[in-house]
Amino acid sequence: MSNPFQQSLFKPKAAGAEASSSQPDFIRILDYNFYYGEAQVLFDLNLDIPHQEVTAFIGPSGCGKSTLLRNLNRMNDLIDGIRHEGDITIDGHSIYDPYLEVISLRKRIGMVFQKSNPFPKSIYENIVYSLRVAGRSKKSELDETVERSLKSAALWEEVKDRLQESAFGLSGGQMQRLCIARAIANRPEILLMDEPCSALDPIATGKIEELIHQLKEEFTIVIVTHNMQQAARVSDRTAFFYLGKLIEYGETEQVFMNPTNKQTEAYVSGRFG
Amino acid sequence: MKTANPFGQNIRPVGEVWVWVSGVGLAIGLFMIGFLLAVILWNGLNFFWPKRVALIELDPVGRTEFRDQKLVAGVIMARLALTPENLSPGNADLIDLAIEDPDYMREMQVYTGNRDVFANRNFAFLNMGDIVGITYPDDMLVLERTEWGNAIVRPQELRLGDGMIIAADDPSFSRQLRTLVNEVRERRATITRIERSQIGRLNARMSRERLEVRYLDSLEDPTPAQQAERASRVERIDEIESLIRPLMEQSALLRGMQREHSLAFTLIDGTERVQPLGDVINFYFPNKKGLFQRIGWFLFKIWEFITDYPREANTEGGIFPALFGTFVMTVLMSLAVTPFGVLAAVYLREYAKQGPLVSAVRISINNLAGVPSIVFGVFGLGFFIHEVGAVIDMVFYPRMVAINTPVFGTGGILWASLTLALMTVPVVIVATEEALAAVPRGVREGSLACGASKWQTIQRLVLPASSPGILTGLILAMARGAGEVAPLLLVGVMALAPSLPVDGMFPFVHLDRKFMHLGFHIYIVALQSPDTEATKPLVFASTLMLILLVIVLNLGAIMIRNHLRRKLTSSAF
Repeated sequence: MSNPFQQSLFKPKAAGAEASSSQPDFIRILDYNFYYGEAQVLFDLNLDIPHQEVTAFIGPSGCGKSTLLRNLNRMNDLIDGIRHEGDITIDGHSIYDPYLEVISLRKRIGMVFQKSNPFPKSIYENIVYSLRVAGRSKKSELDETVERSLKSAALWEEVKDRLQESAFGLSGGQMQRLCIARAIANRPEILLMDEPCSALDPIATGKIEELIHQLKEEFTIVIVTHNMQQAARVSDRTAFFYLGKLIEYGETEQVFMNPTNKQTEAYVSGRFG
Repeated sequence: MKTANPFGQNIRPVGEVWVWVSGVGLAIGLFMIGFLLAVILWNGLNFFWPKRVALIELDPVGRTEFRDQKLVAGVIMARLALTPENLSPGNADLIDLAIEDPDYMREMQVYTGNRDVFANRNFAFLNMGDIVGITYPDDMLVLERTEWGNAIVRPQELRLGDGMIIAADDPSFSRQLRTLVNEVRERRATITRIERSQIGRLNARMSRERLEVRYLDSLEDPTPAQQAERASRVERIDEIESLIRPLMEQSALLRGMQREHSLAFTLIDGTERVQPLGDVINFYFPNKKGLFQRIGWFLFKIWEFITDYPREANTEGGIFPALFGTFVMTVLMSLAVTPFGVLAAVYLREYAKQGPLVSAVRISINNLAGVPSIVFGVFGLGFFIHEVGAVIDMVFYPRMVAINTPVFGTGGILWASLTLALMTVPVVIVATEEALAAVPRGVREGSLACGASKWQTIQRLVLPASSPGILTGLILAMARGAGEVAPLLLVGVMALAPSLPVDGMFPFVHLDRKFMHLGFHIYIVALQSPDTEATKPLVFASTLMLILLVIVLNLGAIMIRNHLRRKLTSSAF
């Protein structure tokens, strides 16, 4: 909290809620180029992601959609030799601001990974992890967070009697929902999902899609998926990437039913990709 | 026409032979380890087993004699074959005699005890051709004594302090002897308590005061304050001396009482001797014992060996100080090596930018594990003792430096532990690095995505997840450190240390003290005792204890590791 910027990055929650629907450029990606060493993987991207909607990134493997998603919370900082041009802003503030601590950025952006990655701790400790690292350890607050997050992730009924058991005892689908619960525990504004259902069976996938529908009431969700039907089902807007370029971006219905670009049409109709 | 084989012509399983070759390799390895353990276990445990005492009768016209007698009493240790090349010229005719009776080319090694009488020799070597009879008479008595080792005797009578005499054939003799031996044992424990802890504590205080006085005396031009200090210290020395004096008197009185009763016996050569019971630690009639009595005695001897102090220049008695010193040193070493090794590994794996420099550092660390251990000993001497210790002394004990009595500037358990920690730190670093590398990337990313800092991720997730691997490294380090002797020679190990590194005297853990170590103890007993033949069983018994100590330490660490593993991987906490 010593960093004044940490507070000014986002508007207070209450104020943000009022302005929510009228904020079509909550996340802005401006003339964005991204390089792994010498290799450029993202080319001149420009797109605005609206507040409290689900935006899907689709495209064939290697098109850079995951890279872009992982840049939104600067997860790619871990990799040596990365470089970017252009800017990404969230709520008007650059995520590359030198005065911004990357930790405070990530505290406001939850992330769910392709492979579920529960921590080797109890279910309870998994959920409260983000609170604990933020230095919050009031028992009542933690308990309340666990219940709220697990209920939001539709997992509460299944695990409420074994919160102190290891998270490794859960099934694949439950683990992924636990990861979602963990990602939303600290009330982030944005939820990034990197192919969250790729390792799950259809029933678990269905549950998570249902969950995404509910979560968009509260969060701005960006989801990367390989599954066309899933993108069509869960998202409000869809961006189609190909070879690091944004080919088409618009209302999901329009992108799927009436694509303006031939490549998009070919991809969404399953003719290539 | 050949029938077509769908899998090709050659249906013999190619490469099957390598299964056998590799299997044999493993079998040989296992066999060698098993054999090693079996040899040490057998020889080590054999040391504790109460063996029967044989009365060996020699041919009256044969050449073999024992102290001009044709009778030998002792424990049969081994039967050895003579080789024609090694016969002395006077015995060359044994080869001819052996044609009729091959026993003439064999020798029997008999432990005769009674070193005080038998010219300091423990063994008799008897030509087996001259042996005409071996019996195991019931009245043979083995006395364990505080000096001169065991006596193997025939008891005559107990001479009590009040003039009463109990003959050996008196039915109550054995019981009376037991009572009296227990009595002197208790009194000996009292004497030890008085001398070792009460007088020892006062002596330690006094020698500190004396050193201070020595320093004050060494000043050429003492100030009045220093003169006053000297006077007060001398006064304190007198005070302590006056405290010690009654204790000394008390122990002298008890020592006198130890000589009150005595046991008269004859040796097998007819010599009559009288032994004050105060010198007798224990006794037994080896040929009268039944199996269960023997087993009881065996267990008692093991316990005694573990808990007793060594006697007679480490050739008799137990190994407690050495066992304890090894334990304390290993624990101190573990306490030192774990944080350093883990922190170094965390930096190397988690923070350092991977590149040629880090690779070079890593290779160097691996090579450090292969440096001969004595090199670390020399380093410990040159760096810890001569540099660090000297600085500590200069800062905290300037007076001791002035009179040339270093405290930390000489070998001690702290420097020994740190030297071994340095020696074993590569093992911990390598194991920790492997464990850190095995923590899945997903867990780290998940943690960072939750807003944790890098250190929080390491501290809360990565280190706990890799703790079983870290403990594996520590187990390997302990196993190596506990058995290492060479470097210790230079940094503070002693053949016979006057005090333990941890005791009831403030500040309880004495890091500057020299200590005894089981590995060094084995070395001393095996190579530096007057009769290395006689101490051979002791060497095996001590080695067995060293192995057991390492096993116990490792089991402790393994149990912790398994507990952590269960906690980290299973579904139940």
